[in-house]
Amino acid sequence: MNETEDTQSIEGLKPAVSLFEERWNIFKLNHLAYFSFIFLIFLFVLALMGKALTRWFVVFDPQLVRLPEKFLPPLTPFTSEIVSAEYAPMFNIYLLGTDELGRDIFARMLEGTSISLTVGFVAVSISIFLGIFFGGIAGFYGRLKFGFITIDTMIMRFVDIMLCFPTFFLILTVVALLPPSIYNIMIVIGLTSWMGTARFVRAEFLALRELDYVAAARSQAIPEWRIIFIHMVPNAIAPVLVSATIGVATAILTESSLSFLGFGVQPPDATWGNILADGKQFIFDAPWITFIPGFSILFVVLAFNLCGEGLREAFNPRLKEGI
Amino acid sequence: MIQFIFKSIGQRIVLLFFISIISHAIVHLAPGEPSLVDPSNPRMKAEDIQRIRTAFHLDEPLYAQYVYWMKDLFTAELKSFKDNQPVLEKIWDRFLNSLPLFIVGTLITWFLAFPVGIQAALRRGSVFDKMGTFLSYALISIPGFFLSYICIIFMVKTFNVPVIGMRTFGLENAGLMLRSMDRVWHWTLPAFMSAVAGVAILSRYVRSQMLEVINQDYIRTARAKGLSEDTVIYRHGLRNALLPFITMFGLTIPGLIGGSVIFETIFAWPGMGRLGFEAILARDFPVILTLNFISAVLVLIGTFMSDILYAVVDPRIKI
Repeated sequence: MNETEDTQSIEGLKPAVSLFEERWNIFKLNHLAYFSFIFLIFLFVLALMGKALTRWFVVFDPQLVRLPEKFLPPLTPFTSEIVSAEYAPMFNIYLLGTDELGRDIFARMLEGTSISLTVGFVAVSISIFLGIFFGGIAGFYGRLKFGFITIDTMIMRFVDIMLCFPTFFLILTVVALLPPSIYNIMIVIGLTSWMGTARFVRAEFLALRELDYVAAARSQAIPEWRIIFIHMVPNAIAPVLVSATIGVATAILTESSLSFLGFGVQPPDATWGNILADGKQFIFDAPWITFIPGFSILFVVLAFNLCGEGLREAFNPRLKEGI
Repeated sequence: MIQFIFKSIGQRIVLLFFISIISHAIVHLAPGEPSLVDPSNPRMKAEDIQRIRTAFHLDEPLYAQYVYWMKDLFTAELKSFKDNQPVLEKIWDRFLNSLPLFIVGTLITWFLAFPVGIQAALRRGSVFDKMGTFLSYALISIPGFFLSYICIIFMVKTFNVPVIGMRTFGLENAGLMLRSMDRVWHWTLPAFMSAVAGVAILSRYVRSQMLEVINQDYIRTARAKGLSEDTVIYRHGLRNALLPFITMFGLTIPGLIGGSVIFETIFAWPGMGRLGFEAILARDFPVILTLNFISAVLVLIGTFMSDILYAVVDPRIKI
């Protein structure tokens, strides 16, 4: 790599902007997507901070129950004489109010941020890994026969079968039958959403495997798994990245729907979905318990969707100019 | 053509067979059995549990259970574990409740999405287009149940109308006018909620399709002939942009079951999604499996219809 760059700069062939910079510049032109991207980075920092402050050195205790302090609206200062001062919230103010048990919603939202994001990212990683694996094999070894059908046919028929299941109903069935745990939710969401990625990767691989650099790699006797995962996958990653970004959004939404139906992450752990589900009984008396997590989910999912759309445009500029 | 139809039906039947095996395996291999739903019930003794297990064939090997399920399903004798009612009859009753909601929702989706999408395409880059894009992303991103709650509060507080359930109790003897208005109010929100995501997605598709079509040469030709703008857009443009939506239409059919679980739960609408939800809670395997099977059949029918219609509508596609 360095060698090529050196020769390029010596011979004056070095491109003015690298491929990454070029994409990045296109991405930045889409203000909504760029803004969403910054918002998401801010959110990651917040999630990390939330994890650190609620788990490792406890500054906010999301599970602390203060019964005399229940249903306080957002921005209520802490003035109670019944609850001792050591249980006071940070900065002596309930930034986002309290819920029916007097728990600080700001602390619970902080804890929920990291859990919701983890669910989204782990689920999508599983689905991407499966998608690349199956799509790559179908695309690369497609012509090999396995008994009387080709491997390609076999895998793609399996994808068709998976696509016929009503996804949400299937997830609900499995999650309801399995013992409730956050890992089951991530795994089930991941296992039911890899089919799109597999199709993209297969389509890319069908074109890529005819290209010269694959033939060159083969001629050097590079093992096939290396050709697939080191040489070809990076060239097929663009559509996968786009669908992954949108996949995180979908996974967060699915998790919140499951929590809403009571099958999600179980109390006392807080996610946005189950804060919302708990709050819905008090929607007339304490609307903030419902609205704060609801709008958080909306904004974060929106940011992921817009970011994914921006990436799609950046990887495929024709979309913006031509149409 | 006939050959193609037979071949694709054959392929789909094979797919259906595998789907039924996989769903049967998933449901039966997962922990949690019908006999374990109510472990705290003091009247459930060990021999009762054993009786339940024998009655439902739960002790037999998986393939035997699969054969029992298939046999009962196709002789229409499949009984629910929960209340011993015939499953197909139960599902049919709920289907009749879900169907009107689905039809109204689909009509709203298609009648809203097309005008919005076409206008957005014609005025590309305008405020309307940008607002539409942003709004459709927002509508995809909002959790359906959250939006439903906001709308319920809004409807109840502003119009003071009932929205939960299919009808108000105790209105059976009221006048026809009152009863039908009551029905309409109960329909409005669930139908709109199930249409929201559809409108958002479909209008984006319509927009990109129209954009692709109006840059084509034949549109320029039509304009050059001096045709009125409406004729150009709606007769020459829209007709060609419509093709991919035949596929979309086939794919919306399975939404009858899967998409409606949450909305039917919120609005206490006794439809198929809610039946599935209740069956899951009760570990009612025959109902879960049959619903899954029916929705797979609906998916396959949907894709089959879109394949055939595509070939009929677009003469460039030869089978």
